[in-house]
Amino acid sequence: MSHRSFVGLCLLPLAVVTAAFFLLPMARLIATGAEGPQGLAGYLAILVEPRYRATLINTVLLATATTLVTLIVATIVGMFLQRHRFPGRSILIAMLTFPLAFPGVVVGFMIILLAGRQGVIGDLSSHLTGQKLVFAYSIYGLFLGYLYFSIPRVILTIMAAVQKLDPGLEEAARSLGAGPWAVQRDVVLPALAPAFVASGAIAFATAMGAFGTAFTLATNIDVLPMLIYTEFTLAANFATSAALSVGLGVITWFILALARSFSGSAVAAAG
Amino acid sequence: MSTVGGHGAAVDIKNCGKTFADGTLALEPATLQIARGETLVLLGPSGCGKTTMLRIIAGLEQPDAGGTVLFDGKDMTSLPIERRNVGMVFQSYALFPNMSVAENIAYGLKIRGMPKTERAARVAELVALTNIAGLENRRIDQLSGGQRQRVALARAVAIRPGILLLDEPLTALDAALRERLRGELNRLLRALGITAIYVTHDQAEAMELGDRIVVMRKGAIAQIGSPREIYFAPQNRFVAEFIGAANILETVVENGQLVLPGGRLPIHGAQNLSEAVVMIRPETIGVTSADSAHLSGTIDSVSFVGDRQRLVVSGAAPKPLTIDAPNTIQAKAGERVGLSIAPDAVRLLPPES
Ligand SMILES: Nc1ncnc2c1ncn2[C@@H]1O[C@H](COP(=O)(O)OP(=O)(O)OP(=O)(O)O)[C@@H](O)[C@H]1O
Ligand SMILES: [Mg+2]
Repeated sequence: MSHRSFVGLCLLPLAVVTAAFFLLPMARLIATGAEGPQGLAGYLAILVEPRYRATLINTVLLATATTLVTLIVATIVGMFLQRHRFPGRSILIAMLTFPLAFPGVVVGFMIILLAGRQGVIGDLSSHLTGQKLVFAYSIYGLFLGYLYFSIPRVILTIMAAVQKLDPGLEEAARSLGAGPWAVQRDVVLPALAPAFVASGAIAFATAMGAFGTAFTLATNIDVLPMLIYTEFTLAANFATSAALSVGLGVITWFILALARSFSGSAVAAAG
Repeated sequence: MSTVGGHGAAVDIKNCGKTFADGTLALEPATLQIARGETLVLLGPSGCGKTTMLRIIAGLEQPDAGGTVLFDGKDMTSLPIERRNVGMVFQSYALFPNMSVAENIAYGLKIRGMPKTERAARVAELVALTNIAGLENRRIDQLSGGQRQRVALARAVAIRPGILLLDEPLTALDAALRERLRGELNRLLRALGITAIYVTHDQAEAMELGDRIVVMRKGAIAQIGSPREIYFAPQNRFVAEFIGAANILETVVENGQLVLPGGRLPIHGAQNLSEAVVMIRPETIGVTSADSAHLSGTIDSVSFVGDRQRLVVSGAAPKPLTIDAPNTIQAKAGERVGLSIAPDAVRLLPPES
């Protein structure tokens, strides 16, 4: 067998899997999206139709906020955990990986336990102020759920990246007169940029498309996955839900590509 | 004083020891003065505490209680490195990968708030000084090892530090480049007139660069002196054996003469001794004909190494003597030879060290 045909043979499984699970369904999905009464224009509905557009904006805002807050919290915590040794540290790090396996339903359930009608926050606030604070069943509950879901993942990525930092870089910056803030700004954060992009992308994509948590919290939260669900199962509007699905994918992909090229120069330089 | 460099501060280290959190005693309390503009080399085997000493001077490590570090008489002990105005060159160079060569060199100036035009002028000055013209806009990963070394040096010197600290700056380079850069570095340090503290485990580097050398051993200072003193007048066996090649002999003494199996060898300062430990450098032993010599032995082996030949002669001393002879003399293994050793060339060492 020649080298070429051997490589070709190895590629066969990849080709089959790609065709079966990606290309064909995607093609079908894209075709279905154009089969509605408006035809191809159905794709524009996600941008043009006010209700859809509002939902899209909501979802993007939610995902952006989740990503930013996750990155900030996870960077501070990850840096601390990697740089300091204290009793209980390894247990804490082990605990961090604990929620990784939870499905969205469980995360939603925990948010209800925390901020639902019988939740801890509600009880506490009614004791303190007489007002019961309940926000589990709104987009804020969802936000909290996504944070809970994303932060551990990002922390682990950041910790790995911090471990690989050359401590000499920080010492060099200090020897040149840089104080703690300048060291973070000029040396540490740029060096972590690739980790930010990689882990931020996952947090963002998850927050754009996750469904289980939203479904557990309430069926009327205004995010795209819920909209697709209601169009599909309740209104049996196949064309619209297909168009929305493709739109969700394309927009997420586009924003991530934008973020990557935006930070691209920094990442390349830090590599 | 120099226009290109800093003013060069005097350094005073008093009783600086270091015990790490895990109980490792990395450095016994040491006291050391470094004059303005002097280049001091810390030399010693791996793990002897050179880097620890350097980091204490830099302010990256706190000395144990009781230790103080003074720059020009001012107590710096509690100041962090960013307030000490020291330039540092790391073994790994630690250049910022997210900045260009010029940005790296300018970083300390930017932190100090120097205006852009002045900064550019200073960078140009250093680029010329360190021979890296044309590389200003390169990224760090586009530089060779030698170029990185120059950039690291330029960056450290740019801020006109009072003291330049270098931790094995040439170790990562290949031998030929190391030798060339050593020469360049030497001229640069002299031109800058800066106080420099240079860590190395390479004795050739130490000899060429150092005004004085501090030989360290297991966290303690074994000897401080000029390269010549360290080489010709080691104060103990460790220094004698660590620097260059040395024949160390332990023998009986009679009437100020070493009593050796191959004859007697008069030396200085041994009138009242009955036994002694001495050091003889291989290149100070002359080879003569066996008949007339006071001391003789048999050649075990001859290795020709180009500029000289190394003989091993047994039977003369309690253990075989290593001799560096000129490459012109004829010597064959098995031959009997006489050895001539001037009394000055025999260095008495303290009995137990
Ligand atoms: N942070 C630390 N914690 C504990 N021990 C340390 C620490 N840093 C260094 N040591 C120990 O202190 C001793 C001196 O280390 P140091 O780095 O000063 O040696 P060195 O002379 O620079 O060696 P080398 O030539 O290998 O760089 C070593 O035994 C080392 O293991
Ligand atoms: Mg070292």
